[in-house]
Amino acid sequence: MNQNIASHPELFSVEGLVGVVFLILIAITLTGGIIACNSNRVVRAVAGLIVCFVGVAGLYFFLNSPFISMMQILIYVGAIAVTIAFAVMLAAPEEKKKFGPTGPLEGPFAFATAALLAGGFSLLALNTDWPVRQKINDGSVEEIGIRLLTEHSMVFELISIVLLIAILGALVIARREE
Amino acid sequence: MRLTLFNVVAAVIIAIAFAAVNAAYLVWAERRGAARIQRRPGPNINGPFGLLQPPLDGIKLMAKQLTIPGGADKVLFIAAPVLAMFPAIMSFVTIPFSENIVAKNMNVGVLMIFAFAALGSTSLLFAGWSSRNKYAMMASIRAVSQTVAYEIPMLITTITVVMIAGSMDLMEIVHQQSGSFLHWNIFPLLGKSHNILMPLSFLIFFTCTLAETNRSPFDLGEAESELVAGFHTEYGSMGFGLFFMAEYANIVIGSCMTTILFLGGWGCPFGLFPGVWWFILKLYLLIATFIWIRWTFPRTTIYGLLNLSWKILIPLSLFNLLLTAGLLKVF
Repeated sequence: MNQNIASHPELFSVEGLVGVVFLILIAITLTGGIIACNSNRVVRAVAGLIVCFVGVAGLYFFLNSPFISMMQILIYVGAIAVTIAFAVMLAAPEEKKKFGPTGPLEGPFAFATAALLAGGFSLLALNTDWPVRQKINDGSVEEIGIRLLTEHSMVFELISIVLLIAILGALVIARREE
Repeated sequence: MRLTLFNVVAAVIIAIAFAAVNAAYLVWAERRGAARIQRRPGPNINGPFGLLQPPLDGIKLMAKQLTIPGGADKVLFIAAPVLAMFPAIMSFVTIPFSENIVAKNMNVGVLMIFAFAALGSTSLLFAGWSSRNKYAMMASIRAVSQTVAYEIPMLITTITVVMIAGSMDLMEIVHQQSGSFLHWNIFPLLGKSHNILMPLSFLIFFTCTLAETNRSPFDLGEAESELVAGFHTEYGSMGFGLFFMAEYANIVIGSCMTTILFLGGWGCPFGLFPGVWWFILKLYLLIATFIWIRWTFPRTTIYGLLNLSWKILIPLSLFNLLLTAGLLKVF
């Protein structure tokens, strides 16, 4: 597989198709991100966010981890994006986007920050010696479950505490309004 | 089998065609079924038994004008029906119809189908919001709150089955139920878990499928007497057609999942004529039940609907999950 990718495969073969799909996924992710940042309407921004999530899920799938990819769609699109869209539709009336700088970080500063970040990341990407790794494990659910509860149990527990705090916070806020 | 470009394209075309043909002919089946229950003939003029009705309906729908209401969000308005159909077709990729008939068997097949089912609810939201119509908006909010509520017991019941099978691979889940028809997950005592509550699990799953596909008696999102037509009020032409087809494609996927998870997939009783037709038979019997329920049960209220999920189905499915875990540990 790796050799085929390294030695430019023909476009009209399965490997070529896979390459095209990879490029399409990158395009989807970038387009979604740009829509999410630049749209005038909040709901459209949420739609852009969903497109971006789906693109990222496709990239995970491409990287041989279907479990993470499906979880990305199930959690980020199915739960988080729907919740955001729901909240936006229930709460905010239509708002005109304010034009012109709204804070001290907009304008030239924002441009400088963006340029710095872009340059930094490009340098990092170009100067890193990317090792081509063989598969670490089969990426199956069992393997992930075992690793999560043995090697990474600390992280697992921390995440549960964060979620518990979030639920408690939501309860506190909901109670205050009564 | 060697993976060639031809195979890939053929698999894609077959998946799309299967979804589309099923959707078109289930509309016909639904109309005939409704007519039978209401003691009238139904569409029977075009072709034998009215079988030419669906293509003619398709031509009629495509010939109509797609009107976009003033002030609607055009991009989202047009994208929503496409977004409704896309996950429905994607889910067919991983469903195994028999030992050999499966486009791509994945070791997270169950997860994939639920992930794409979750994508479907976003299309309802965008359809309702972008048509700038308060009834459409209300309908989509109802439909999504219902989908979110019923997704939980459905997933918990699925986890029960996944625990019994020890795999998220749909093929593996069917294999685990093979041998005798008494090993099917719906039958309580001879299965791997010996869990007496498995028929109840099946009922919960089937109820959730009804609710997830927005079918009667849970079609609060399409209550004509309250909401004009539901989230697709403003859609005409093939936009409406796509929503309709997506609904039926979702019914097929729900029935496929019920067949695979509880009815032993393509497994057959007493080894009679093993083959894909057993899967097809179970699938269409379930779909017939869907249609039968739709035309014989009245619609519930929105509170009744949400209470059923949060107060009855979720506790019951959680209890069954714990019981199954315990039984699996014991046996």
